[in-house]
Amino acid sequence: MKLVVAIIRPEKLNDVLESLFRANVAGLTISRVQGHGGETERVETYRGTTVKMELSDKIRLDIGVSDHFVETTVDAIVEGARTGDVGDGKIFVLPIDRVIRIRTAEEDRAAVTPVGVPEG
Amino acid sequence: MPVISAADTAWLLTASAFVLVMTPALGFFYGGMVRAKNALNTLMMSFSALGFVGLAWALLGYSIAFGAHPLDYALLRGVTLEAQGTIPHLLFFAYQGTFAIITAALISGAIVERMRFGPYLAFITLWSLVVYAPVAKWVWGGGWLGRMGALDFAGGTVVHVNAAAAAVVCALVVGSRKDYARQAILPQNVPFTLLGAGLLWLGWFGFNAGSALGANRTAVLAFVNTMLAPTATIVVWTTLDLMRTKKATAVGAATGIVVGLVAITPAAGFVSPMSALLIGAIAAAPSYYALLYRARTRLDDSLDVVAAHGVGGVTGALLTGVFAEKAWSGAADGALFGNVRQLGVQLLAIVATIAYSAVVTLVILKAIALVMRLRADAREEGLGLDFTQHGEEAYSRGEGAILIEVKR
Repeated sequence: MKLVVAIIRPEKLNDVLESLFRANVAGLTISRVQGHGGETERVETYRGTTVKMELSDKIRLDIGVSDHFVETTVDAIVEGARTGDVGDGKIFVLPIDRVIRIRTAEEDRAAVTPVGVPEG
Repeated sequence: MPVISAADTAWLLTASAFVLVMTPALGFFYGGMVRAKNALNTLMMSFSALGFVGLAWALLGYSIAFGAHPLDYALLRGVTLEAQGTIPHLLFFAYQGTFAIITAALISGAIVERMRFGPYLAFITLWSLVVYAPVAKWVWGGGWLGRMGALDFAGGTVVHVNAAAAAVVCALVVGSRKDYARQAILPQNVPFTLLGAGLLWLGWFGFNAGSALGANRTAVLAFVNTMLAPTATIVVWTTLDLMRTKKATAVGAATGIVVGLVAITPAAGFVSPMSALLIGAIAAAPSYYALLYRARTRLDDSLDVVAAHGVGGVTGALLTGVFAEKAWSGAADGALFGNVRQLGVQLLAIVATIAYSAVVTLVILKAIALVMRLRADAREEGLGLDFTQHGEEAYSRGEGAILIEVKR
């Protein structure tokens, strides 16, 4: 099992969700985060105050998947999130020790496999 | 020699201030319905009209609309404290200016979230001179529609139908938002929209009752009708909401208020209070179903200028021709009181306004497009127009903002 963590542009979230659902990735968590990734600086001015916005709004996705599903998930995220400009984000694939589905106490691969899909 | 009335002057001073506030109110009405990343841009489309259209009106627009010759009052020459009716001419100019400003700002609802700001400013400025001013002249400035007897008390046709016709053309020429009909686009702040609707209603008392141009019985009639018509619209609108979704929506109530106000605008000083209630009630359904229908089409009239102001304005203008009552206004009777011809005149005014407004709007937009790119590119649209057009954000948290060294 792996945890796929993706940092993407907020305005691309809908595209990413669309391509993930098309790839049958059903379970995920999102959070609104801020970060810095070498984007061109954004300058804003409020009366006499001019500021450089060093942090950009991003969306973080956390997706637990079984090993053979990692590539599908990563491809779907890239497909949905890419614009080609600096600031498109990153994907991190992390190992996971254990996964427990709270409702049934199923563990690991059974826990990351959506209900109704054969574990394969 | 006309004499200035202190009472009339006092009321028109107040009414002018009321109508001026309608434009910021419209900004909030519209600004609540867009996404957070476009909130300031949408508000600025209204606030900037105060400046750009207001200035154009003073320099030239008023002269085109109300001068015997289009340049008679250019640069406010001859607009003095002398009486015009029972109020000073200068006050009449200011009052009319507030109408020009809001009419231009109304169009912004059709192109929010994707039109670049520079071309927008150029557009509303030119539009106020080339479309609004001539149409105002046709009806109120001694022009052909006024002489034919078209009844438009406070601007159902001049303001609302006119703006809506321009809005359709703008939405078509500028094109849909990239996310339109692909993603859910939800209102960022519904309380803003309700606040805007409430302030619009307040301002509309100045708009309609002020159009009596005096503190007189017609003003009272228009005032009360402005209070009554939206009450009926809210009730019918909410009932339609309840029947369709079993929920009375807040955005629906705000829209109902505006539709009721639009519908009573041409009729305000011409119909009885009971007729005003009927007009408010009847006007709900056409706009309600036009909103639902529009959302299923490819026309991204984003904030439904056409359904609210176009359909509402046409309904109101036609119903004025039905319910007008000489016994109340002293002006003219409508079809219900034996004068069927009035309905024809109303229809002609509507058709002429739509045709002129649509064609000239198209010409202005095409002309601007020759020198400026009308719409934001996909990246700008994605980031939002607040940052890309204004370098500001509506809801900045300030985290990660680094002060740039200021050279002293």
